[in-house]
Amino acid sequence: MKIVVAVKQVPARDSQLRLAADGRWIDDSELSFEINEPDAYALEEALQLKEKKGGEVIVLCAGPARAATSIREALAKGADRAIHIEEDKLESVDTLGVARLLAKAIEAEKPDLVLTGLQSDDLGYGQTGVVLGELLGLPHATIVMQVELDEAEVRVKRELEGGWFQYVTMPLPAVLTIQSGINKLRYATLMGIKKAKSKPVQNLSIAQLGGLPVPVAERTRVYLPERSKQTELIPGEPREAAAKLVEKLRFEARVI
Amino acid sequence: MSILVVLEGSGSRWHPLSWEALSAGQRLAVESGLPLAAAVIGEAGDAASKQLDHVWTATHPLLAGYTADGYAAAVEQVIQHVKPTLVLFPHTYQVRDFAPKVATRFGQVLASDVIRLRLEDGRPVAVRQLFQGKLTSEVRFSGSGPVFVSIQAGAYRADQSQPGSAAVEAVPITLDPAAIRSRAEEPFREAAGTVDLTAADIIVSVGRGIREKDNIALVEELAQALGGELAASRPICDNGWLPMDRQVGSSGQTVSPKLYVAVGISGAIQHLVGMKGSKTIVAINKDSEAPIFEVADYGIVGDLFEVVPALVAEIRKAKGS
Repeated sequence: MKIVVAVKQVPARDSQLRLAADGRWIDDSELSFEINEPDAYALEEALQLKEKKGGEVIVLCAGPARAATSIREALAKGADRAIHIEEDKLESVDTLGVARLLAKAIEAEKPDLVLTGLQSDDLGYGQTGVVLGELLGLPHATIVMQVELDEAEVRVKRELEGGWFQYVTMPLPAVLTIQSGINKLRYATLMGIKKAKSKPVQNLSIAQLGGLPVPVAERTRVYLPERSKQTELIPGEPREAAAKLVEKLRFEARVI
Repeated sequence: MSILVVLEGSGSRWHPLSWEALSAGQRLAVESGLPLAAAVIGEAGDAASKQLDHVWTATHPLLAGYTADGYAAAVEQVIQHVKPTLVLFPHTYQVRDFAPKVATRFGQVLASDVIRLRLEDGRPVAVRQLFQGKLTSEVRFSGSGPVFVSIQAGAYRADQSQPGSAAVEAVPITLDPAAIRSRAEEPFREAAGTVDLTAADIIVSVGRGIREKDNIALVEELAQALGGELAASRPICDNGWLPMDRQVGSSGQTVSPKLYVAVGISGAIQHLVGMKGSKTIVAINKDSEAPIFEVADYGIVGDLFEVVPALVAEIRKAKGS
């Protein structure tokens, strides 16, 4: 069983975001980065499938040089090798463009299964996996909460809305987008971190993949959200603020 | 140029977000003077009594149950037949599963989870959130295919969709059984949830800011002091710190109590759609930029580990008096 996991490196969850000077993206010069959370669950699922069925887990990541730290982390957790599509200007490339680059790298590997997170915490388009399926000519399932692998088929439990679920079966190879919470994430062990240093990372340039794709959906402006509701922020020390809030909930909102 | 809204559901059974997407389409049609049509997989039903120029229906035995392959092929064929310049979807789980596939076939990107849509010089501009609502962005489109957009839950109001009467016409659909690669089983619910959060008057909900499972007792105490139910955002249930039936949000329950207290919840859109209908919303969070403050009536920016115990004490004092 050969599994490719596509992961994205995104700003750490609690980052204080500042806008870039050109107003089209964020200034990421002083941020710390991590593996996009749903992608971390996809990686964990791949590692668990490998432990059950044997085979190989390949991490695929498109991103600038700094993404190498996330790739090493994935290798330290147990992935066997990695492919890094290294490029600084990916922010200007749209979802379809990035998926085309990933698809080219995946095609060369001919995996049995492609996993990725259901969405990214930064852009949140939630479609790289579906688009990969289409570009690769493979069936897919989204928002997956459980994976049962057979020789030629995969049966997955998909999350639907409002607490409903559904099992879907499709032939391999297939693309699955993994929901957060499908499994319990592992930490890299010291041994894992040591081993990761000697695991192979293949660097692919955009030129090797046919050049930087031209976007059809362009992000032309980024700004702070306009507040639609006036929130009354209650100032003061915790005890003082708490007393004030209780008073407001009793006599202004009349809800307690 | 024309607008096509792809509705989810058929006959008399519809996804409620279908009418929100329709409302977005109608508003854009009024502003631009562009003709507006809807596409339905199955019978037109209620869609025929909406203010639309056309309802296009796609029916085929292989479309009886949802599959991504079947629906993507059907919607692709409707688009080829109708030739719209702008295609709108409701941003549902089902749309997330197949609409990006359709957009890819036309060489386009689905601008997903869009909160506002307008035309500038006749070209669509989609407004969508980044970083789970911390930032907003504008997206403009090029390429030769139609523009694809899905509309976020709650961005447009379903009750503002206009009634009328529309001509119903079937689009001939050809589907190859071999092209539908997945087999879906009947949808089901997990062992029936014992907690019905929708009946609660007061809900105290806990999020990632609580850091550890053991700290949840703190928030539980607040729920008890208020006489409310304890609930949580998704990450808490993912971690197994609280059972799934206490989850509020798009994958959990949708609630509208008279008081909703969000403790250590940043307010990702998936959570907000499940609680923003609450009468009074209180947010306690250390990050003043957290999107939860976008929907809160009252907010305390501070350390929940200090604020929550103080709040419990004040509530007990107020109730004792």
